[in-house]
Amino acid sequence: MPFIPHTDDDTREMLDAIGAKTIDDLFDEIPAELMIDSLDGVPDAMSEMEISRLMRERAAMDGAPLCFIGAGAYEHHIPQAVWDIATRGEYYSAYTPYQAEASQGTLQTIYEYQSMITELTGLDVSNASLYDGASGLAEAALMAVRGNRKAKSRQVLLAPGVNPAYARVAMAIAGSQGLTFDYLPMNPSTGNLEPGSLDDDAEPVAVVIQQPTFTGTLEDVDRITDWAHARGALVIAIANPTSLAVLKAPGHWGENGADIACGEGQPLGVPLSSGGPYFGYMTCKQQHVRQMPGRIIGRTTDLEGKPGFTLTLQAREQHIRRSKATSNICTNQGLMVTAATIYMSLLGIDGLAAVARQSVGNTARLAAGLTSIDGVERLFEGPCFHEVALKLDRPVAPVLEALAARNILGGYDLGADLPDGGNALLVCATETKTGADIDTYVETMREIFTSPLTQSA
Amino acid sequence: MSELPGDLQYTSDHEWLRREDDGSVTVGITDHAQSALGDLVYVELPEVNQEVEAGGDMAVVESVKAASDVYAPIAGTVVAVNDALSDDPEVINNDPYGDGWIVRLEPGGDEGDLLSPDAYQALLDELES
Repeated sequence: MPFIPHTDDDTREMLDAIGAKTIDDLFDEIPAELMIDSLDGVPDAMSEMEISRLMRERAAMDGAPLCFIGAGAYEHHIPQAVWDIATRGEYYSAYTPYQAEASQGTLQTIYEYQSMITELTGLDVSNASLYDGASGLAEAALMAVRGNRKAKSRQVLLAPGVNPAYARVAMAIAGSQGLTFDYLPMNPSTGNLEPGSLDDDAEPVAVVIQQPTFTGTLEDVDRITDWAHARGALVIAIANPTSLAVLKAPGHWGENGADIACGEGQPLGVPLSSGGPYFGYMTCKQQHVRQMPGRIIGRTTDLEGKPGFTLTLQAREQHIRRSKATSNICTNQGLMVTAATIYMSLLGIDGLAAVARQSVGNTARLAAGLTSIDGVERLFEGPCFHEVALKLDRPVAPVLEALAARNILGGYDLGADLPDGGNALLVCATETKTGADIDTYVETMREIFTSPLTQSA
Repeated sequence: MSELPGDLQYTSDHEWLRREDDGSVTVGITDHAQSALGDLVYVELPEVNQEVEAGGDMAVVESVKAASDVYAPIAGTVVAVNDALSDDPEVINNDPYGDGWIVRLEPGGDEGDLLSPDAYQALLDELES
Protein backbone atom coordinates (compact mmCIF):
# COMPACT_ATOMS: atom_id res chain seq x y z
CA MET A 1 0.00 0.00 0.00
CA PRO A 2 1.61 3.31 -1.04
CA PHE A 3 1.69 6.04 1.62
CA ILE A 4 2.11 8.86 -0.87
CA PRO A 5 0.13 12.05 -0.37
CA HIS A 6 -2.24 13.05 -3.13
CA THR A 7 -0.75 14.72 -6.19
CA ASP A 8 -1.72 18.16 -7.50
CA ASP A 9 -3.98 16.41 -9.99
CA ASP A 10 -5.70 14.45 -7.21
CA THR A 11 -6.23 17.67 -5.27
CA ARG A 12 -7.64 19.43 -8.34
CA GLU A 13 -10.01 16.56 -9.02
CA MET A 14 -11.30 16.53 -5.45
CA LEU A 15 -11.76 20.30 -5.35
CA ASP A 16 -13.66 20.20 -8.68
CA ALA A 17 -15.92 17.46 -7.34
CA ILE A 18 -17.07 19.62 -4.45
CA GLY A 19 -17.03 22.88 -6.37
CA ALA A 20 -14.21 24.63 -4.53
CA LYS A 21 -11.52 26.63 -6.32
CA THR A 22 -8.68 26.34 -3.83
CA ILE A 23 -7.93 24.51 -0.61
CA ASP A 24 -8.13 27.85 1.21
CA ASP A 25 -11.79 28.06 0.18
CA LEU A 26 -12.45 25.13 2.50
CA PHE A 27 -11.46 27.31 5.45
CA ASP A 28 -13.28 30.49 4.46
CA GLU A 29 -15.54 30.18 7.49
CA ILE A 30 -12.62 31.25 9.69
CA PRO A 31 -12.81 35.06 10.08
CA ALA A 32 -9.93 36.83 8.33
CA GLU A 33 -8.80 38.54 11.53
CA LEU A 34 -8.13 35.16 13.12
CA MET A 35 -5.90 33.97 10.28
CA ILE A 36 -2.14 34.39 10.68
CA ASP A 37 0.64 34.10 8.11
CA SER A 38 3.50 33.30 10.41
CA LEU A 39 4.27 32.11 13.91
CA ASP A 40 6.25 34.45 16.13
CA GLY A 41 9.29 32.97 17.77
CA VAL A 42 9.37 29.83 15.66
CA PRO A 43 12.74 29.56 13.92
CA ASP A 44 13.13 28.85 10.22
CA ALA A 45 13.31 25.29 8.99
CA MET A 46 16.66 23.54 9.33
CA SER A 47 18.26 20.83 7.23
CA GLU A 48 18.63 17.30 8.61
CA MET A 49 22.36 17.89 9.03
CA GLU A 50 21.82 21.12 10.95
CA ILE A 51 19.14 19.70 13.22
CA SER A 52 21.18 16.56 13.98
CA ARG A 53 24.10 18.75 15.01
CA LEU A 54 21.89 20.96 17.18
CA MET A 55 20.33 17.99 18.93
CA ARG A 56 23.71 16.32 19.53
CA GLU A 57 25.01 19.51 21.10
CA ARG A 58 21.94 19.88 23.29
CA ALA A 59 22.06 16.22 24.36
CA ALA A 60 25.72 16.63 25.32
CA MET A 61 24.71 19.42 27.69
CA ASP A 62 22.93 16.80 29.81
CA GLY A 63 26.30 15.18 30.49
CA ALA A 64 26.29 11.97 32.52
CA PRO A 65 25.54 13.12 36.05
CA LEU A 66 24.85 10.84 38.98
CA CYS A 67 21.07 11.18 39.33
CA PHE A 68 19.29 11.07 42.69
CA ILE A 69 16.09 12.77 41.51
CA GLY A 70 12.84 10.84 41.55
CA ALA A 71 9.65 12.82 42.15
CA GLY A 72 7.63 10.88 39.60
CA ALA A 73 10.19 9.64 37.05
CA TYR A 74 12.83 7.11 38.01
CA GLU A 75 16.15 5.97 36.59
CA HIS A 76 16.12 2.18 36.46
CA HIS A 77 18.37 -0.28 34.71
CA ILE A 78 16.86 -1.18 31.35
CA PRO A 79 18.16 -4.47 29.96
CA GLN A 80 19.67 -4.01 26.48
CA ALA A 81 17.18 -6.49 25.04
CA VAL A 82 14.21 -4.23 25.83
CA TRP A 83 14.87 -1.56 23.23
CA ASP A 84 16.67 -3.96 20.86
CA ILE A 85 13.37 -5.81 20.55
CA ALA A 86 11.06 -2.79 20.82
CA THR A 87 12.81 -1.04 17.92
CA ARG A 88 12.55 -4.01 15.55
CA GLY A 89 10.56 -3.07 12.47
CA GLU A 90 7.66 -5.29 13.52
CA TYR A 91 7.13 -3.26 16.71
CA TYR A 92 8.48 0.16 15.85
CA SER A 93 5.27 2.18 15.77
CA ALA A 94 3.43 4.29 18.30
CA TYR A 95 0.04 3.26 16.98
CA THR A 96 -2.23 0.33 16.51
CA PRO A 97 -2.51 0.23 12.73
CA TYR A 98 -5.71 0.78 10.84
CA GLN A 99 -7.36 -2.58 10.26
CA ALA A 100 -5.90 -3.38 13.67
CA GLU A 101 -6.83 -7.05 13.53
CA ALA A 102 -4.47 -7.52 10.58
CA SER A 103 -1.62 -6.85 13.03
CA GLN A 104 -2.12 -9.74 15.42
CA GLY A 105 1.39 -9.39 16.89
CA THR A 106 0.79 -5.79 17.90
CA LEU A 107 -2.55 -6.66 19.45
CA GLN A 108 -1.10 -9.65 21.29
CA THR A 109 1.67 -7.47 22.72
CA ILE A 110 -0.90 -5.03 24.09
CA TYR A 111 -3.00 -7.91 25.40
CA GLU A 112 0.05 -9.28 27.26
CA TYR A 113 0.74 -5.77 28.60
CA GLN A 114 -2.86 -5.47 29.85
CA SER A 115 -2.60 -8.89 31.52
CA MET A 116 0.59 -7.91 33.36
CA ILE A 117 -0.75 -4.52 34.49
CA THR A 118 -4.00 -6.02 35.78
CA GLU A 119 -1.95 -8.58 37.71
CA LEU A 120 0.24 -5.84 39.25
CA THR A 121 -2.71 -3.66 40.24
CA GLY A 122 -5.04 -6.48 41.30
CA LEU A 123 -7.87 -5.15 39.14
CA ASP A 124 -9.92 -6.76 36.38
CA VAL A 125 -9.27 -4.84 33.18
CA SER A 126 -6.60 -2.58 31.71
CA ASN A 127 -6.63 -0.28 28.73
CA ALA A 128 -3.84 -0.10 26.17
CA SER A 129 -2.25 2.94 27.94
CA LEU A 130 -2.66 6.70 28.29
CA TYR A 131 -0.28 9.61 27.68
CA ASP A 132 1.31 9.70 31.14
CA GLY A 133 0.53 9.40 34.82
CA ALA A 134 -0.70 12.96 35.26
CA SER A 135 -3.21 12.93 32.41
CA GLY A 136 -4.11 9.43 33.61
CA LEU A 137 -5.41 10.96 36.84
CA ALA A 138 -7.56 13.41 34.86
CA GLU A 139 -8.98 10.53 32.81
CA ALA A 140 -9.59 8.51 35.97
CA ALA A 141 -11.45 11.40 37.61
CA LEU A 142 -13.67 11.90 34.57
CA MET A 143 -14.24 8.16 34.44
CA ALA A 144 -15.21 8.11 38.11
CA VAL A 145 -17.82 10.80 37.48
CA ARG A 146 -19.28 8.76 34.61
CA GLY A 147 -19.20 5.58 36.68
CA ASN A 148 -20.66 7.04 39.87
CA ARG A 149 -23.97 8.44 38.69
CA LYS A 150 -25.53 8.12 42.14
CA ALA A 151 -23.23 10.88 43.34
CA LYS A 152 -24.44 14.38 42.61
CA SER A 153 -21.11 15.82 43.66
CA ARG A 154 -18.31 16.74 41.27
CA GLN A 155 -15.75 17.08 44.04
CA VAL A 156 -12.65 14.89 43.85
CA LEU A 157 -10.71 14.67 47.12
CA LEU A 158 -6.97 14.09 46.98
CA ALA A 159 -5.04 12.40 49.77
CA PRO A 160 -2.09 14.64 50.70
CA GLY A 161 0.38 12.27 49.02
CA VAL A 162 -0.92 12.90 45.51
CA ASN A 163 1.79 14.32 43.22
CA PRO A 164 1.06 18.07 43.00
CA ALA A 165 1.91 18.12 39.29
CA TYR A 166 -0.74 15.42 38.71
CA ALA A 167 -3.28 17.55 40.60
CA ARG A 168 -2.47 20.58 38.44
CA VAL A 169 -2.77 18.60 35.21
CA ALA A 170 -6.05 17.02 36.36
CA MET A 171 -7.45 20.46 37.17
CA ALA A 172 -6.36 21.80 33.78
CA ILE A 173 -8.02 18.92 31.91
CA ALA A 174 -11.08 18.15 34.04
CA GLY A 175 -11.64 21.48 35.80
CA SER A 176 -13.38 22.91 32.74
CA GLN A 177 -15.83 19.99 32.91
CA GLY A 178 -17.08 21.01 36.33
CA LEU A 179 -14.84 18.84 38.50
CA THR A 180 -13.08 20.31 41.52
CA PHE A 181 -9.97 18.86 43.14
CA ASP A 182 -9.29 19.48 46.82
CA TYR A 183 -6.47 18.15 48.98
CA LEU A 184 -7.23 16.53 52.32
CA PRO A 185 -5.03 17.88 55.16
CA MET A 186 -1.50 16.58 55.66
CA ASN A 187 -0.07 15.67 59.03
CA PRO A 188 3.16 17.70 59.20
CA SER A 189 5.11 15.04 61.06
CA THR A 190 4.18 12.00 58.92
CA GLY A 191 3.54 13.58 55.51
CA ASN A 192 0.42 11.43 55.34
CA LEU A 193 -3.25 12.14 55.94
CA GLU A 194 -3.99 14.03 59.15
CA PRO A 195 -5.77 11.45 61.32
CA GLY A 196 -9.23 12.62 62.30
CA SER A 197 -9.57 14.82 59.22
CA LEU A 198 -11.94 12.46 57.40
CA ASP A 199 -15.24 14.30 57.53
CA ASP A 200 -18.32 12.10 57.69
CA ASP A 201 -20.39 14.79 55.98
CA ALA A 202 -18.17 14.91 52.90
CA GLU A 203 -19.79 13.82 49.63
CA PRO A 204 -16.98 13.45 47.11
CA VAL A 205 -17.58 11.66 43.82
CA ALA A 206 -14.10 10.14 44.07
CA VAL A 207 -11.14 10.01 46.42
CA VAL A 208 -7.60 9.77 45.04
CA ILE A 209 -4.91 7.98 47.06
CA GLN A 210 -1.29 7.78 45.96
CA GLN A 211 0.89 4.96 47.28
CA PRO A 212 3.82 5.41 47.81
CA THR A 213 3.06 9.10 48.36
CA PHE A 214 4.78 11.85 46.37
CA THR A 215 7.28 12.22 49.22
CA GLY A 216 7.91 8.47 49.37
CA THR A 217 5.98 7.76 52.56
CA LEU A 218 3.46 4.94 52.97
CA GLU A 219 -0.15 6.00 53.47
CA ASP A 220 -2.87 4.09 55.38
CA VAL A 221 -4.61 3.23 52.12
CA ASP A 222 -7.04 0.71 53.64
CA ARG A 223 -8.59 3.21 55.99
CA ILE A 224 -9.03 5.95 53.38
CA THR A 225 -10.42 3.45 50.87
CA ASP A 226 -13.06 2.21 53.31
CA TRP A 227 -13.98 5.76 54.33
CA ALA A 228 -14.36 6.81 50.68
CA HIS A 229 -16.59 3.84 49.88
CA ALA A 230 -18.72 4.54 52.96
CA ARG A 231 -19.20 8.09 51.62
CA GLY A 232 -20.41 6.75 48.27
CA ALA A 233 -17.22 7.77 46.45
CA LEU A 234 -15.14 5.73 44.03
CA VAL A 235 -11.50 5.21 44.93
CA ILE A 236 -8.77 6.09 42.44
CA ALA A 237 -5.36 4.66 43.24
CA ILE A 238 -2.14 6.15 41.91
CA ALA A 239 0.71 3.68 42.29
CA ASN A 240 4.28 3.41 41.07
CA PRO A 241 4.23 0.10 39.15
CA THR A 242 7.66 -0.92 40.52
CA SER A 243 6.29 -0.65 44.06
CA LEU A 244 3.40 -2.96 43.20
CA ALA A 245 5.83 -5.90 43.08
CA VAL A 246 6.16 -5.60 46.88
CA LEU A 247 3.25 -3.48 48.15
CA LYS A 248 -0.44 -4.41 48.40
CA ALA A 249 -2.17 -4.11 45.02
CA PRO A 250 -4.82 -1.33 44.78
CA GLY A 251 -7.45 -3.98 43.99
CA HIS A 252 -6.96 -5.27 47.55
CA TRP A 253 -7.00 -1.95 49.41
CA GLY A 254 -9.55 -1.90 52.24
CA GLU A 255 -12.64 -4.07 52.30
CA ASN A 256 -13.50 -3.75 48.62
CA GLY A 257 -10.40 -2.47 46.86
CA ALA A 258 -9.79 0.62 44.78
CA ASP A 259 -12.14 1.02 41.82
CA ILE A 260 -9.65 2.52 39.37
CA ALA A 261 -5.85 2.50 39.38
CA CYS A 262 -3.63 4.72 37.27
CA GLY A 263 -0.08 5.94 37.25
CA GLU A 264 3.13 6.59 35.43
CA GLY A 265 4.45 3.63 33.46
CA GLN A 266 7.92 5.13 32.87
CA PRO A 267 9.69 3.05 35.56
CA LEU A 268 8.91 -0.05 33.47
CA GLY A 269 11.68 0.12 30.89
CA VAL A 270 11.30 3.68 29.61
CA PRO A 271 14.39 5.91 29.90
CA LEU A 272 14.19 9.32 31.63
CA SER A 273 15.09 11.04 28.33
CA SER A 274 14.57 14.61 29.55
CA GLY A 275 10.90 14.06 30.42
CA GLY A 276 9.34 11.91 27.78
CA PRO A 277 7.80 10.21 25.97
CA TYR A 278 6.43 8.19 28.87
CA PHE A 279 3.10 6.38 29.20
CA GLY A 280 0.27 6.17 31.67
CA TYR A 281 -1.41 2.98 32.75
CA MET A 282 -5.00 2.53 33.84
CA THR A 283 -6.94 -0.43 35.22
CA CYS A 284 -10.36 -0.78 36.81
CA LYS A 285 -12.95 -3.16 38.15
CA GLN A 286 -15.01 -4.99 35.54
CA GLN A 287 -18.16 -3.04 36.43
CA HIS A 288 -16.57 0.22 35.21
CA VAL A 289 -15.09 -1.07 31.97
CA ARG A 290 -17.59 0.75 29.75
CA GLN A 291 -16.52 4.06 31.27
CA MET A 292 -12.85 3.39 30.59
CA PRO A 293 -11.04 5.65 28.12
CA GLY A 294 -8.75 4.37 25.39
CA ARG A 295 -8.34 1.14 23.53
CA ILE A 296 -8.83 -2.30 25.02
CA ILE A 297 -7.56 -5.47 23.35
CA GLY A 298 -9.53 -8.67 23.91
CA ARG A 299 -8.71 -12.30 23.26
CA THR A 300 -11.21 -14.18 21.14
CA THR A 301 -11.50 -17.07 18.68
CA ASP A 302 -11.87 -16.73 14.93
CA LEU A 303 -14.33 -18.54 12.69
CA GLU A 304 -12.03 -21.57 12.59
CA GLY A 305 -11.84 -21.68 16.39
CA LYS A 306 -8.24 -20.41 16.49
CA PRO A 307 -7.25 -17.93 19.20
CA GLY A 308 -6.88 -14.33 18.09
CA PHE A 309 -6.84 -10.78 19.40
CA THR A 310 -9.23 -7.95 18.64
CA LEU A 311 -10.10 -4.39 19.61
CA THR A 312 -12.94 -4.74 22.05
CA LEU A 313 -15.69 -2.51 23.47
CA GLN A 314 -14.99 -0.01 20.71
CA ALA A 315 -18.40 1.62 21.09
CA ARG A 316 -16.85 3.74 23.90
CA GLU A 317 -14.38 5.22 21.45
CA GLN A 318 -14.37 8.39 19.43
CA HIS A 319 -14.54 6.83 15.97
CA ILE A 320 -17.93 5.36 16.92
CA ARG A 321 -19.25 7.42 19.80
CA ARG A 322 -18.05 10.78 18.41
CA SER A 323 -18.44 13.64 20.91
CA LYS A 324 -19.93 11.28 23.51
CA ALA A 325 -16.81 9.10 23.54
CA THR A 326 -15.29 8.33 26.94
CA SER A 327 -12.14 10.16 25.82
CA ASN A 328 -10.25 11.32 22.76
CA ILE A 329 -7.41 8.98 23.71
CA CYS A 330 -6.71 6.10 21.33
CA THR A 331 -3.41 4.25 21.04
CA ASN A 332 -1.05 7.05 22.02
CA GLN A 333 1.99 5.51 23.68
CA GLY A 334 2.11 2.11 21.96
CA LEU A 335 5.87 1.98 21.57
CA MET A 336 6.49 2.74 25.26
CA VAL A 337 3.98 0.03 26.14
CA THR A 338 5.84 -2.42 23.95
CA ALA A 339 9.05 -1.64 25.82
CA ALA A 340 7.28 -1.98 29.17
CA THR A 341 5.85 -5.35 28.15
CA ILE A 342 9.29 -6.63 27.21
CA TYR A 343 10.78 -5.16 30.40
CA MET A 344 8.18 -6.87 32.60
CA SER A 345 8.55 -10.14 30.68
CA LEU A 346 12.34 -10.14 31.13
CA LEU A 347 12.27 -9.27 34.82
CA GLY A 348 9.23 -11.26 35.85
CA ILE A 349 7.49 -10.48 39.12
CA ASP A 350 10.52 -11.67 41.13
CA GLY A 351 12.87 -9.46 39.14
CA LEU A 352 10.60 -6.45 39.59
CA ALA A 353 10.41 -7.15 43.33
CA ALA A 354 14.22 -7.33 43.42
CA VAL A 355 14.41 -3.92 41.72
CA ALA A 356 11.97 -2.52 44.28
CA ARG A 357 13.81 -3.99 47.28
CA GLN A 358 17.22 -2.91 46.05
CA SER A 359 15.92 0.63 45.49
CA VAL A 360 14.34 0.74 48.96
CA GLY A 361 17.62 -0.47 50.48
CA ASN A 362 19.72 2.05 48.55
CA THR A 363 17.43 4.91 49.52
CA ALA A 364 17.57 3.87 53.19
CA ARG A 365 21.37 3.81 52.97
CA LEU A 366 21.40 7.24 51.31
CA ALA A 367 19.03 8.67 53.93
CA ALA A 368 21.16 7.27 56.76
CA GLY A 369 24.30 8.79 55.22
CA LEU A 370 22.82 12.20 54.53
CA THR A 371 21.13 12.52 57.94
CA SER A 372 24.50 11.84 59.59
CA ILE A 373 25.42 15.34 58.37
CA ASP A 374 24.82 18.14 60.83
CA GLY A 375 21.96 20.21 59.34
CA VAL A 376 20.22 17.36 57.47
CA GLU A 377 17.38 15.37 58.98
CA ARG A 378 14.34 13.38 57.92
CA LEU A 379 11.35 15.62 57.18
CA PHE A 380 8.80 12.92 58.01
CA GLU A 381 8.87 10.02 60.43
CA GLY A 382 7.76 6.54 59.43
CA PRO A 383 8.67 4.07 56.69
CA CYS A 384 9.21 5.12 53.10
CA PHE A 385 9.59 3.41 49.75
CA HIS A 386 12.47 4.34 47.41
CA GLU A 387 12.30 8.05 48.06
CA VAL A 388 12.76 10.11 51.20
CA ALA A 389 12.12 13.77 52.09
CA LEU A 390 14.88 15.59 53.99
CA LYS A 391 14.82 18.86 55.91
CA LEU A 392 17.89 21.06 55.43
CA ASP A 393 19.02 23.87 57.70
CA ARG A 394 19.61 26.14 54.70
CA PRO A 395 18.00 26.96 51.32
CA VAL A 396 17.86 23.97 48.97
CA ALA A 397 18.57 25.65 45.63
CA PRO A 398 22.22 26.67 46.34
CA VAL A 399 22.92 23.18 47.72
CA LEU A 400 21.57 21.58 44.54
CA GLU A 401 23.64 23.97 42.44
CA ALA A 402 26.77 23.08 44.36
CA LEU A 403 26.02 19.37 43.91
CA ALA A 404 25.37 19.85 40.18
CA ALA A 405 28.73 21.56 39.87
CA ARG A 406 30.19 18.28 41.21
CA ASN A 407 28.18 16.28 38.64
CA ILE A 408 25.49 15.13 41.08
CA LEU A 409 21.75 15.72 40.58
CA GLY A 410 20.99 15.85 44.28
CA GLY A 411 17.21 15.58 44.31
CA TYR A 412 13.99 17.50 43.91
CA ASP A 413 13.40 20.79 45.77
CA LEU A 414 10.09 20.28 47.61
CA GLY A 415 9.85 23.89 48.80
CA ALA A 416 7.16 24.93 46.34
CA ASP A 417 5.07 21.78 46.81
CA LEU A 418 4.68 21.56 50.58
CA PRO A 419 2.07 23.64 52.41
CA ASP A 420 4.59 25.31 54.75
CA GLY A 421 7.39 25.50 52.16
CA GLY A 422 10.61 25.27 54.08
CA ASN A 423 13.94 23.82 53.02
CA ALA A 424 12.90 20.35 51.94
CA LEU A 425 14.67 18.03 49.51
CA LEU A 426 13.31 14.79 48.05
CA VAL A 427 16.01 12.22 47.25
CA CYS A 428 15.85 8.82 45.58
CA ALA A 429 18.42 6.07 45.04
CA THR A 430 17.23 3.31 42.72
CA GLU A 431 18.97 -0.02 42.09
CA THR A 432 21.20 1.76 39.55
CA LYS A 433 23.20 3.38 42.36
CA THR A 434 26.14 1.49 43.83
CA GLY A 435 27.36 1.79 47.40
CA ALA A 436 30.22 3.91 46.06
CA ASP A 437 27.76 6.25 44.27
CA ILE A 438 25.83 6.74 47.50
CA ASP A 439 29.02 7.35 49.47
CA THR A 440 30.12 9.90 46.84
CA TYR A 441 26.86 11.80 47.24
CA VAL A 442 27.02 11.72 51.05
CA GLU A 443 30.63 12.89 51.20
CA THR A 444 30.06 15.63 48.63
CA MET A 445 27.05 16.82 50.59
CA ARG A 446 29.10 16.79 53.78
CA GLU A 447 31.76 18.96 52.14
CA ILE A 448 29.13 21.39 50.87
CA PHE A 449 27.61 21.66 54.33
CA THR A 450 30.96 22.52 55.87
CA SER A 451 31.93 25.01 53.13
CA PRO A 452 31.26 28.65 53.97
CA LEU A 453 29.35 29.37 50.73
CA THR A 454 26.18 27.50 51.58
CA GLN A 455 26.25 27.89 55.35
CA SER A 456 22.92 28.19 57.02
CA ALA A 457 21.82 31.72 57.71
CA MET B 1 -41.18 -2.37 7.04
CA SER B 2 -40.99 -2.05 10.79
CA GLU B 3 -43.78 -2.71 13.24
CA LEU B 4 -45.57 0.37 14.62
CA PRO B 5 -48.24 -0.10 17.32
CA GLY B 6 -51.08 2.43 17.08
CA ASP B 7 -51.55 2.97 20.83
CA LEU B 8 -48.12 4.55 21.42
CA GLN B 9 -46.60 7.98 20.94
CA TYR B 10 -43.20 8.47 19.32
CA THR B 11 -40.28 10.88 19.09
CA SER B 12 -38.16 11.93 16.13
CA ASP B 13 -35.23 10.25 17.96
CA HIS B 14 -36.98 6.87 17.60
CA GLU B 15 -38.18 6.41 21.13
CA TRP B 16 -41.70 5.21 21.92
CA LEU B 17 -43.83 6.12 24.90
CA ARG B 18 -46.84 4.37 26.45
CA ARG B 19 -49.15 6.06 28.96
CA GLU B 20 -49.98 3.55 31.69
CA ASP B 21 -53.21 3.49 33.75
CA ASP B 22 -51.39 4.62 36.90
CA GLY B 23 -50.26 7.84 35.20
CA SER B 24 -46.68 6.68 34.64
CA VAL B 25 -45.11 6.51 31.20
CA THR B 26 -43.11 3.59 29.80
CA VAL B 27 -40.34 4.38 27.32
CA GLY B 28 -38.39 2.23 24.88
CA ILE B 29 -36.81 2.43 21.44
CA THR B 30 -38.71 1.66 18.27
CA ASP B 31 -38.47 -1.40 16.06
CA HIS B 32 -36.82 0.82 13.45
CA ALA B 33 -34.17 1.93 16.00
CA GLN B 34 -33.29 -1.58 17.18
CA SER B 35 -33.09 -2.78 13.60
CA ALA B 36 -30.78 0.10 12.61
CA LEU B 37 -28.50 -0.53 15.62
CA GLY B 38 -28.25 -4.29 15.14
CA ASP B 39 -27.69 -6.82 17.90
CA LEU B 40 -27.52 -5.00 21.21
CA VAL B 41 -24.76 -6.01 23.61
CA TYR B 42 -25.23 -3.55 26.44
CA VAL B 43 -27.75 -1.14 27.89
CA GLU B 44 -26.72 1.54 30.35
CA LEU B 45 -29.71 2.35 32.54
CA PRO B 46 -30.35 5.45 34.66
CA GLU B 47 -30.75 5.32 38.42
CA VAL B 48 -34.25 5.09 39.91
CA ASN B 49 -35.32 8.51 41.27
CA GLN B 50 -33.07 10.25 38.77
CA GLU B 51 -34.73 13.31 37.25
CA VAL B 52 -34.67 13.69 33.48
CA GLU B 53 -35.36 16.61 31.18
CA ALA B 54 -37.30 16.32 27.94
CA GLY B 55 -34.69 15.60 25.26
CA GLY B 56 -31.97 14.91 27.85
CA ASP B 57 -29.76 11.79 27.98
CA MET B 58 -31.47 8.99 29.84
CA ALA B 59 -29.87 5.69 28.81
CA VAL B 60 -27.36 4.32 26.32
CA VAL B 61 -27.91 1.36 24.02
CA GLU B 62 -24.80 -0.25 22.60
CA SER B 63 -24.61 -2.67 19.71
CA VAL B 64 -21.59 -4.35 18.19
CA LYS B 65 -21.23 -1.45 15.79
CA ALA B 66 -22.55 1.63 17.56
CA ALA B 67 -23.58 3.18 20.84
CA SER B 68 -26.49 5.55 20.93
CA ASP B 69 -28.12 7.73 23.54
CA VAL B 70 -31.74 7.18 24.47
CA TYR B 71 -33.32 10.56 25.20
CA ALA B 72 -36.13 11.19 27.65
CA PRO B 73 -39.18 12.02 25.51
CA ILE B 74 -40.75 14.01 28.34
CA ALA B 75 -39.51 15.51 31.59
CA GLY B 76 -40.01 13.48 34.73
CA THR B 77 -38.56 11.19 37.36
CA VAL B 78 -37.37 7.64 36.76
CA VAL B 79 -39.62 5.31 38.78
CA ALA B 80 -38.42 1.99 37.34
CA VAL B 81 -35.76 0.62 35.00
CA ASN B 82 -35.83 -2.68 33.15
CA ASP B 83 -33.07 -4.50 35.01
CA ALA B 84 -33.54 -7.59 32.85
CA LEU B 85 -31.76 -5.69 30.06
CA SER B 86 -28.50 -5.74 32.02
CA ASP B 87 -28.16 -9.48 31.52
CA ASP B 88 -30.06 -9.79 28.27
CA PRO B 89 -29.96 -6.62 26.15
CA GLU B 90 -31.14 -8.50 23.07
CA VAL B 91 -34.64 -8.49 24.53
CA ILE B 92 -34.86 -5.05 22.91
CA ASN B 93 -34.12 -6.61 19.51
CA ASN B 94 -36.69 -9.35 20.04
CA ASP B 95 -39.52 -7.39 21.64
CA PRO B 96 -38.89 -3.62 21.42
CA TYR B 97 -42.43 -2.61 22.42
CA GLY B 98 -42.96 -5.23 25.14
CA ASP B 99 -40.33 -6.91 27.31
CA GLY B 100 -37.75 -4.61 25.76
CA TRP B 101 -39.04 -1.49 27.54
CA ILE B 102 -36.21 0.56 29.06
CA VAL B 103 -37.48 3.07 31.62
CA ARG B 104 -40.72 4.01 33.39
CA LEU B 105 -41.13 7.72 34.16
CA GLU B 106 -43.40 9.70 36.43
CA PRO B 107 -44.19 12.69 34.19
CA GLY B 108 -43.37 16.11 35.55
CA GLY B 109 -43.29 19.26 33.47
CA ASP B 110 -42.24 19.51 29.84
CA GLU B 111 -44.14 17.07 27.61
CA GLY B 112 -41.65 17.40 24.75
CA ASP B 113 -42.49 17.07 21.06
CA LEU B 114 -44.33 13.80 20.63
CA LEU B 115 -45.45 12.25 17.36
CA SER B 116 -48.58 10.27 16.58
CA PRO B 117 -48.13 6.85 14.93
CA ASP B 118 -49.02 8.42 11.58
CA ALA B 119 -46.56 11.26 12.01
CA TYR B 120 -43.78 8.86 13.03
CA GLN B 121 -44.61 6.61 10.06
CA ALA B 122 -44.30 9.66 7.82
CA LEU B 123 -40.87 10.34 9.33
CA LEU B 124 -39.78 6.76 8.65
CA ASP B 125 -41.07 6.97 5.07
CA GLU B 126 -39.02 10.11 4.59
CA LEU B 127 -35.91 8.42 5.98
CA GLU B 128 -36.35 5.44 3.69
CA SER B 129 -37.02 7.49 0.56
